[in-house]
Amino acid sequence: MLTLTCPCCGVTAEETEFSPGGEAHLKRFGPGSSDQEYEAYMFNRKNPRGVHFERWRHAYGCGKWFLAARCTMTLEVFGTYAAQTLEPPAEIVAKIKDRHPGWEGYS
Amino acid sequence: MSDMLNSALPGAGFAGFVTVNEAGLRGMITLRGDLSSPVLAGVLKDAMGLDMPAQRRVTQAGTAFAAWMSPDELLLMLPYDQAGAMAQKLAGALAGEFATVANVSDARAVFTLQGAAVFDALAKICPVDFSDFAEGDIRRTRAAQVAAALWVSGADQVTLVCFRSVAQYMFDLLCAAAAPGSEPALYA
Amino acid sequence: MSHRLPHGGRLIDRAQPQNFTFNGKSLTGFRGDTVAAGLLANDQMLLGRSFKYHRPRGVVAAGAEEPNAMLGLGQGNRYEPNQCATTTEMFDGLQAQSQNHWPSLEFDLLSVNSLMPQFLTAGFYYKTFMRPRAFWKHVYEPIIRRSAGLGKAPDKDARDPDRYEQVYAFCDILVLGGGIAGLQAALSAAQTGAKVTLWEQTAHWGGRAPVDGMQINGQPAQDWIDATVAALQAMENVQLRTRCMGAGVHDHGYVLGYERIADHMPGTDAPRHRLWRMRARQIITATGAIERPLSFAGNDVPGVMLASGLRDYIVNYAVAPGQRIVVVTNNDDAYRSAIVAVEAGLDVPAIIDPRPVVDGDLPARARALGITVLEGRAIRKVKGGKRVTSVEICRQDSSGGVVERSIDCDAVAMSGGWSPVVHLWSHCGGKLLWDDAGSFFRPDPARPPLGADGAGFVRACGAANGHLQDVLADAHGCAQACAQATQAPGQPDAPAQMETPAEAPMQAVWMMPAQASYDLRMKMWLDYQNDVKVSDVQLAAREGYQSVEHTKRYTTLGMATDQGKLSNINGLAILSDALGQPIPATGTTTFRPPYTPISIGAIAGEARGPIFQPLRRSPVHDWHSANGADWEPVGQWRRPFAYLRAGETRHDAVNREVKNTRENVGLLDASTLGKILVRGPDAGRFLDMMYTNMMSTLKPGKCRYGLMCNENGFLMDDGVVARLDEDSFLVHTTSGGADHIHGWMEDWLQCEWWDWQVHTVNLTEQFAQFAVVGPKARTLLERLGGMDVSRDTLPFMEWCEGTLGGFDARVFRISFSGELSFEIAVPAGQGRAFWDRLMAEGADLGIMPYGTETLHILRAEKGFIMIGDETDGTVIPQDLGLNWAISKKKADFLGKRGMEREAMVNPDRWKLVGVETLDGSVLPHAALAVTGGKNANGQAQTEGRVTSTYYSANLGRGIAMALVRNGPDRMGEVLNFAGDAGKDIKARIIDPVLIDKDGAKQNV
Repeated sequence: MLTLTCPCCGVTAEETEFSPGGEAHLKRFGPGSSDQEYEAYMFNRKNPRGVHFERWRHAYGCGKWFLAARCTMTLEVFGTYAAQTLEPPAEIVAKIKDRHPGWEGYS
Repeated sequence: MSDMLNSALPGAGFAGFVTVNEAGLRGMITLRGDLSSPVLAGVLKDAMGLDMPAQRRVTQAGTAFAAWMSPDELLLMLPYDQAGAMAQKLAGALAGEFATVANVSDARAVFTLQGAAVFDALAKICPVDFSDFAEGDIRRTRAAQVAAALWVSGADQVTLVCFRSVAQYMFDLLCAAAAPGSEPALYA
Repeated sequence: MSHRLPHGGRLIDRAQPQNFTFNGKSLTGFRGDTVAAGLLANDQMLLGRSFKYHRPRGVVAAGAEEPNAMLGLGQGNRYEPNQCATTTEMFDGLQAQSQNHWPSLEFDLLSVNSLMPQFLTAGFYYKTFMRPRAFWKHVYEPIIRRSAGLGKAPDKDARDPDRYEQVYAFCDILVLGGGIAGLQAALSAAQTGAKVTLWEQTAHWGGRAPVDGMQINGQPAQDWIDATVAALQAMENVQLRTRCMGAGVHDHGYVLGYERIADHMPGTDAPRHRLWRMRARQIITATGAIERPLSFAGNDVPGVMLASGLRDYIVNYAVAPGQRIVVVTNNDDAYRSAIVAVEAGLDVPAIIDPRPVVDGDLPARARALGITVLEGRAIRKVKGGKRVTSVEICRQDSSGGVVERSIDCDAVAMSGGWSPVVHLWSHCGGKLLWDDAGSFFRPDPARPPLGADGAGFVRACGAANGHLQDVLADAHGCAQACAQATQAPGQPDAPAQMETPAEAPMQAVWMMPAQASYDLRMKMWLDYQNDVKVSDVQLAAREGYQSVEHTKRYTTLGMATDQGKLSNINGLAILSDALGQPIPATGTTTFRPPYTPISIGAIAGEARGPIFQPLRRSPVHDWHSANGADWEPVGQWRRPFAYLRAGETRHDAVNREVKNTRENVGLLDASTLGKILVRGPDAGRFLDMMYTNMMSTLKPGKCRYGLMCNENGFLMDDGVVARLDEDSFLVHTTSGGADHIHGWMEDWLQCEWWDWQVHTVNLTEQFAQFAVVGPKARTLLERLGGMDVSRDTLPFMEWCEGTLGGFDARVFRISFSGELSFEIAVPAGQGRAFWDRLMAEGADLGIMPYGTETLHILRAEKGFIMIGDETDGTVIPQDLGLNWAISKKKADFLGKRGMEREAMVNPDRWKLVGVETLDGSVLPHAALAVTGGKNANGQAQTEGRVTSTYYSANLGRGIAMALVRNGPDRMGEVLNFAGDAGKDIKARIIDPVLIDKDGAKQNV
């Protein structure tokens, strides 16, 4: 069972205080989008073996959503950061590259 | 009016290795807005005499308290019969601000836990490290299967707030946690 | 015979005799005994029967690795099967029963299984029960069911009377195991200032050291242990717990600890077990090592036990497992057992050692006591049935064809070397190294389990780390490393000094004698409980099994309650030999938590009885309870399904409530409805995205019904929105959907449109909300007084607020029944008094409360949909004829793009209609409309299904709604719905609105 630090209230808590929300940084495609765009938004997920970015909500705590960068193999947590971002912040990316020199970077 | 009003579990109490008492009616106001805004802080000070609490802290002025609930939410506590008027006053003072005031005095149940081993009882139901908890700290967490806010409201005293509908569950849970003979001797 | 010695026993108190029973026989032990020690003291060596062959089984070990001594303990409500006699403490009044025999322990008819061991070889189940196929159900399965399972399940009416609990705890450094390594590690760690917790699974500190006669700092080990425990107890940053086993190490430093608080004192007010849910930054496993058996023919005969176990019984409990004990060992350590036995006045006729030359310190001491050491020799075979009677000796380097001599004895102490307890290291991914010198796997410090920061968080020390010497220095170093990892400020003192006699190298011996013939190998037990022998593993290898995991499952090696603690390494060695590869190439099976079985009670913790799960109660719950409520779960809420009066059935009650609400006035507790305040300059714009219809155009004071869809376009929730003022809306959701919809809104506000100025506040529990429904509803409210609720002042789909009969009320003129209806919200604290007042004022108007079933029937009579009945997560609003509630003006709303997909605009989608049976009967729930044909899978072709079906007392017949292919275009057509027993039920497609089609009643 993971521990995560909520960047919104500063609490480090066990996984049971949080609820998971799937892959982070998805772009919403609404009316007017092509079938491919809509499919990508709704159904296509990276599900990587390794570095992953995901959404979490501090459901039993402050109620806020945040994002986490995590390795799905080792369960190492590289960091958590605000949900109000379009891509991982530079310091998180740098930390991941430090730990996983072969990582191709966020795309 | 008093015979028309009931808290969630009037008079419920239990004396275990920690005492558990339903705290009765308590005025509560949810205030959402930009907590770093000087306007908000000014209104809080003017209307209730309260300082803006820091992250996960509770401030006090007389019988009024302001508890930090999330980066954009406070829970204001005051005597029950003052809550309606205070909510109106705050809403009026914050007109024009992006802020929301709601009287939630009836939405919750409040329990007072008292005893030197209060954290030993809470450690059975909350996944929280209480070792550094100080008076005036508040922590929102999980108590067994429901959400709760824990506030160190005095020496050997914790005020626990949960939703009104689960008051009976919470009371039964706290009684089990404080049952004599089950002291885990962890913090106390 | 096994017996109590006249002197000694470091853990027993002879002043406190304890009476207990075994299979009904009264016996006496002492305080401090384990159940196994108490039984052995009474010459009860035979304790059970093995699983497959029902072979006699006796005590093999003195600790958690015991595979044989599994007993049923207690009676009635406290009866529990499969309790381990070697780890259960004796108490006065204990009742124990042996297991897995029929009809009796001494005489077991099923032991004929062991007369034909070829029949039950590896893979027996897979090979035997394949054919003939028809035999499975009527022959094989009944036989297997009768003989399967170990121990007897508790009586079905028994209820566990004990309490259990869990505790969340946190520390910097958690030390698992309170032997001398664990104590030294805890002391060194604590001296750095780190917050330290130390758990020991037994009731005693110090582990094996006092039994083995170790000297620490020039003193007997016990003195150092006592002083160290006292020092640790005096430190504020240290928590010590005995009877607390580290059960499992999990991700991110999460460790489960199983504390057996009251197993040895049942009936006190303490909880029986406590499950510690510990988060540790660093973990030290000081879990020691387990001795391995040797594989020789007849090594399962009662009286053959581990050398260390035999030593434990003599030293700790003053119990001699036999009077004439042969020791067989491939290492020096077991000589201690021979020495201890002779010093206790017992006879040790010989030590059998396969090593060609034996010349270490311990053998020298044994020889000095006059014990014969037979070098290069092996036990060829143990003789005896329910008890050892003699052993046959042969050369180790032989096939066992020649018996050199035979030695009479009543016990055999064996040692095949030691294996570190690597379980806790391995649970969370720690990897192992093969140690050739010790012939064991030990933790590979380069590949530890990784924590949240990507660094290792478990370290092993002492015997658990493969260090059978220098244990204290290893523990100290381990503690220092952990302290550094947790940034503890201080420096520890130097560790204690330990003197250990030099031990000569052990010799790996996996079979005795080395070239044993088949008839010997098929009597060499690897897994005592599951009856897996050397020959079985060899057979599996010949049959093509290469993976150790597959071999385990095929042979059941290591699948017994001890999970292979004794059998694992010996089995791996046999498999590796059969495959012609080194042991590390074979690898180990996976170590999974818990280390030893833990009780279901500890796992459940406090969650039983009234607090099994939270029940949400409305402010009027107690009134409902006192007035005949027949409860229905709605999420975690309990709502009255109907209110049963004396003598009424549910059906009667529902019919009464249904009729009364349409004829007089009904009262519904709707407090569970979700109520969410949505407020801010962008609130209207936000709700336009949330709902399929337009909400921003709603005027303050008005109400509007709306639909919410997910991004697939599937209908998710519905309800009435009231606009409170320019910036504020009050959103009503379904009872089950309140938390979900609140979370859904926050998700979009926080993660997608974070620049929009909108706040939400969940006010669900702030208000008690009651629906006053029926032709006399207005009369009732007018009697309360205080607000004008006339048709002109408060028309349909508007709301107003004020005081009603002195209560602070917000009144919504909305209807889910088609009747004149008011939903009134008052602060929850006033809810009960307001309800009482309505009941009192409405008495002469015929007011009756009604439950959820009446709510459903009233809405179904009007053709209103219910989320969860008409919807199932694949239904779009268009399927339900709700196109009128889907805005065509809005460029975007959640679900709009999803609804445009090809499958969603397919004209053949199943759509909502009413259906009525031709005979007036009530259709079964979820009945399918069948066409008579079959689909490609041979299933009946369908063209629709029932979504809601009720008996309507108002109409005097069954009513239903259904989703039917092209349904709205097929009015009047008769469908066949599949009923019970292949009978079709004919029903006609009709308009779903059955009562007051014009809506005149709700508009008065």
